[in-house]
Amino acid sequence: MLKYLARRLLVSIPVLISITIIIFTLTELAPGDVVDYFVSPEMEMSPEAMEALRIRFGLDQPAPVRYLNWLGNLVQGELGYRFTDGQPVLDAVSRRLSASLLLMGTALGIGIVIGIPLGVFIGLRQYSFWDFTFTGFSFLGISTPAFVTGILALLVFSIRLNWFPSGGMRPVASDPTLLSTIHHLMLPSLVLSLNYIATFMRYTRFSMLEVVRADYVTTARAKGLASPAITWRHIVPNAILPVITVVGLSVPGLVVGAVFTETIFSWPGMGTLYLQAVTGRDVPLLMGMNLVIALFVLTANIVTDLAYAIVDPRIRYD
Amino acid sequence: MTKPMTTTTSIATIEQDAPRELKNRALRRFLKHRLATISSVVLLLISLAAIFAPLIASYGYDKIDLRAAGTPPSEAHLLGTDRVGRDIFSRTLYGGQVSLAVGIGATAIATVIGTIIGSLSGYYRGWVDALLMRLTDTVMTFPSIVIMLTLAALLPRSVWNIVLIIGLLSWPAVARLVRGQFLSIREAEFVTAARVIGVPDWRIILVHILPNVFAPLIALITFSVGSAILTEAGLSFLGLGVPPPTPSWGNMLESARNLDILVNVPWMWIPPAITTVLTVLCVNFIGDGIRDAVDPRLVL
Repeated sequence: MLKYLARRLLVSIPVLISITIIIFTLTELAPGDVVDYFVSPEMEMSPEAMEALRIRFGLDQPAPVRYLNWLGNLVQGELGYRFTDGQPVLDAVSRRLSASLLLMGTALGIGIVIGIPLGVFIGLRQYSFWDFTFTGFSFLGISTPAFVTGILALLVFSIRLNWFPSGGMRPVASDPTLLSTIHHLMLPSLVLSLNYIATFMRYTRFSMLEVVRADYVTTARAKGLASPAITWRHIVPNAILPVITVVGLSVPGLVVGAVFTETIFSWPGMGTLYLQAVTGRDVPLLMGMNLVIALFVLTANIVTDLAYAIVDPRIRYD
Repeated sequence: MTKPMTTTTSIATIEQDAPRELKNRALRRFLKHRLATISSVVLLLISLAAIFAPLIASYGYDKIDLRAAGTPPSEAHLLGTDRVGRDIFSRTLYGGQVSLAVGIGATAIATVIGTIIGSLSGYYRGWVDALLMRLTDTVMTFPSIVIMLTLAALLPRSVWNIVLIIGLLSWPAVARLVRGQFLSIREAEFVTAARVIGVPDWRIILVHILPNVFAPLIALITFSVGSAILTEAGLSFLGLGVPPPTPSWGNMLESARNLDILVNVPWMWIPPAITTVLTVLCVNFIGDGIRDAVDPRLVL
């Protein structure tokens, strides 16, 4: 197990480095001059001043040298400074990351708590009224993009009914309290959770239907075990196992944030920051964010695999 | 006619009819899925409306009429006009052309790449498989929206680039499915037989194995079309997709990011919202129907 973990971690390093090289190359190959993106046209800068700016950001050096400089700084724990406002990349990313994790974590939690039990419920009642109702709902859930549910929810619940604030993470005039944060969090996280609920419900239902027909369930019935015992001790635990992978696969998405939902509800998370980084050609920010995202993805994958091995004794890593 | 002759012809017909019989059975099972059948009809109508947009629409998609700007639905403009007086009904029809074409185009690219990678991986196994599957897993687990946003922002905005970006990042599911099928079919006796008589690898892959992979692949391809349509809509919604004035359902929805339009000009964003959801819903129901028809045990 430890050996397996060590090997996975070692393999992760080249993957991380390749991802940063890919992103760096992409920004290099893109047409246009980076400097044009962070100098406003009204400033009327002379060519000499532009050149000075280039030197200050190290942009006068060839691309491979710049990449190696970036990597060298990284090893010393430095993520560099943003092109657009000169602020440290690490500060911006860590602030946005916690906002995104709060939003996405809540949504994922709601998705698990509602989606999986519903899947178990309808999985035990195939072709019943409830099965059709919730399966229909889950199709609607996976077919409706977050930006459509987002704008509808914004229009109905915050603009028309005025139940929730229309955006942001905290009240404008006063300090944020736990209650005000929850109030701001509710609408966007509910919108996001719809998709999770639909996905988890579908997978759980499918997995339940598989297990219900398994031989060991028939054996249990033949032995005369009581129905609830079969359901809760034999069917449900086995049916939930594959759902863990599905939940695990959706964890990497947490760190990217929900670009659409964050945009609609002006949530100060990773999604909106990433949009700023790509549209403003903020290379240091882009590199830093991709590194954080990649780290998170790799960790999430390893944790999912380990979790799977812990709950399912049939799986061994060596 | 002599007796042996009739026997040979009947064997011949049975052999010819076997695949057709299978197809008929699959079709019957598909038609039993009522939602899938209804969805096919609805999707056909939507596609026809989009294809024949030039005949149905009474205005061009970029016909600006400032005097009619922002008018609510009326007889002259069935679904009203936008802020510069373009007819929303016409734009929704033309937008359908773009959205459907992007969905199908991107899925075609993803299917070709996925099939090539999956076939090579499943047929040759060994280090080829290890290498290609590592690549597939990496592309699959890294959130594709990140790379899509990066490419969409860095590349010049055009419909073709959107098709390429979505297609180039959506192939892993296809690759995994094709690989799985190849791994099992390559052990079949007819493949061994072909190899024994010296059929070259490329011919075994293309002619002997690949046709058997299509049935399970069709359901997956259908679902991919739906998700490609949603991805295009999403990128366009963020202003990184199909460039104006070309309409797509996504960039028409972008107008709803303006609070004033969201609240006061609902006819500008409700039509593309409905067509997007309805189309993708139909595509997903059809995919479900196809999966039930060709292989009820396939997990997607």
